[in-house]
Amino acid sequence: MSVMLQVENLSVSYGAREVLREISLQVHTGEILALIGPNGAGKSTLIKAASGILKPRTGRVLCEGEEISKLPDHLRARRLAVVPQAKPEGGAFTVAQTVMLGRTAYLGWLGKPGERDERSVAHALRMTGLTDFAERHVAELSGGEQQRVLVARALAQATRTMLLDEPTNHLDLQHQASLLKLIRMLAGECELAVLVALHDLNLVSLFADRVALLVGGRLTHLGTPSEVLTEEILQAAYHAPVRVRENPENGRPLVLLQI
Amino acid sequence: MKKTGRVYLIVCGLLLAAGLLSVGLGAVTIAPGTLLRILLAQWPGSGVVPDWPHAHSTILLQVRLPHSILVALTGAALAGSGAAYQGLFRNPLADPYLIGVASGAGLGAVVALSFGFSSTPLGMYFIPAAAFVGALLTVGLVYNLARVNGYVPLTTLILAGVAVGAFASAMTSFLMLRSNAMVTRALAFLLGGSPVNGWEPVFATLPYFGVGLVLLAVCGHPLNVLQFGEEQARQMGLNVDRAKIFIVIVASLTTAVAVAFSGVIGFIGLIVPHLFRILWGPDYRHLIPMSILGGAAALLLADVGARTVIAPQSVPVGILTAMVGAPFFLWILRRAKREVLW
Repeated sequence: MSVMLQVENLSVSYGAREVLREISLQVHTGEILALIGPNGAGKSTLIKAASGILKPRTGRVLCEGEEISKLPDHLRARRLAVVPQAKPEGGAFTVAQTVMLGRTAYLGWLGKPGERDERSVAHALRMTGLTDFAERHVAELSGGEQQRVLVARALAQATRTMLLDEPTNHLDLQHQASLLKLIRMLAGECELAVLVALHDLNLVSLFADRVALLVGGRLTHLGTPSEVLTEEILQAAYHAPVRVRENPENGRPLVLLQI
Repeated sequence: MKKTGRVYLIVCGLLLAAGLLSVGLGAVTIAPGTLLRILLAQWPGSGVVPDWPHAHSTILLQVRLPHSILVALTGAALAGSGAAYQGLFRNPLADPYLIGVASGAGLGAVVALSFGFSSTPLGMYFIPAAAFVGALLTVGLVYNLARVNGYVPLTTLILAGVAVGAFASAMTSFLMLRSNAMVTRALAFLLGGSPVNGWEPVFATLPYFGVGLVLLAVCGHPLNVLQFGEEQARQMGLNVDRAKIFIVIVASLTTAVAVAFSGVIGFIGLIVPHLFRILWGPDYRHLIPMSILGGAAALLLADVGARTVIAPQSVPVGILTAMVGAPFFLWILRRAKREVLW
């Protein structure tokens, strides 16, 4: 497994406030690394900084060995794609139009697609199960389907690294499960390196290969779900009474909140 | 795709019909057949024998034709830049008039006029440049006033636009009233209506219009990407800062040229792009060219109305577009309250 995304000693400040402090981590080909941590721990900031749209105070982010802050926008977008949280923006476009806009890094100023772009879009639609929705307007779709469109748009960027910021927010159980299964499948079949910020610790336990725990802008723990999702670590990080049991279905940690 | 071609065909047909009406109607009505033969007769060796009063060909060639061309270019520029501003601000109510850019351009033009630049032949060419500077300053000011956390919400955009626009209009009136000779021109600027006749303004503005409209028409793809917000647009690989600056400059240039000789005409830049967005779709790669063609047709028709509604007196066309446009604006506002804006 080769290293795709490498975060080295990354610190980010908003003005005088330090939001991330000396974070170092690596994501490998085919691997899903989940970012967890309490609200305000810096998960979204780390995703933004890793995507190259936020300038770090110190440290750097390498993607396929290349420092992303030194790449022009279109070359960076060919190495690294971001799936944002679904919002109504761009809802007037059709699914196919939206996914084609994922090809921006390859299209010229006029945005005229070539054969390769069409193929890439068709592939992204097929992988996300959206082929039949191609001509529908994004605004008409359900929240889960809209989130899939954003995954397809990121897939059309044809990168080997994908970052996702809380993609399961506002989704019901069924759509959470199908989205995470999709990401799992993409990591395997398309050999993507995936860095995903997630809130729900049990989803993390089910589907991540490794877990990075952020607390107050610092990376406090990094390891497999069974290593990081323990009573001791989680109680200290979240200041909440939790019990961790073994999930009888799969042997993974099961996090229970005590009230 | 087939539908796209049909929309272009219909708009071009509409533009042609509006053009014929515009040059044919007025105090003297010239039939389309005669129009065509007068134009043909200008061609040496065409063999067309003049059977019309000499005055007709003078009216057509020296008055109506340059007037109609200027009106068409103005409408094209206002609607095209309106579409671009709407995409840039991600707000369907942006319009060169409502966001104050047109008034700012008017002020720029009047400052140039008050320094007497128009008295020289070269000055004619300088007025659009001054209007351009006024437009750029205004759009920068309004954008920064209206911006909240990287968004430009509807309310702050319109409020900032109206306030800055009102200030620019007041300055314009003030400068104009200082010299009595310019009062007519002041009225024209404030109400919208070309006070200049003949071919001179057409030639003075054509290079600006040509460059501006062509560059506007190629802004479609970056505008599409920008609909997802600046952050996502960058993550998708667009050089957002470069794209935004390019679009602002081009849209402000076309607005400024339109205002420089036709005054401040509101709502064309709002109505036309919005109609195409409803009838056709949100893809700016076609929305802008369609708005350019449709804007030309719409302002030609409004101008025909302005010249004939209480003939022989003619109404400034800006009054007419506001009479139709303001209720339309309220209708969009009602829709926007109910629906998610894009």
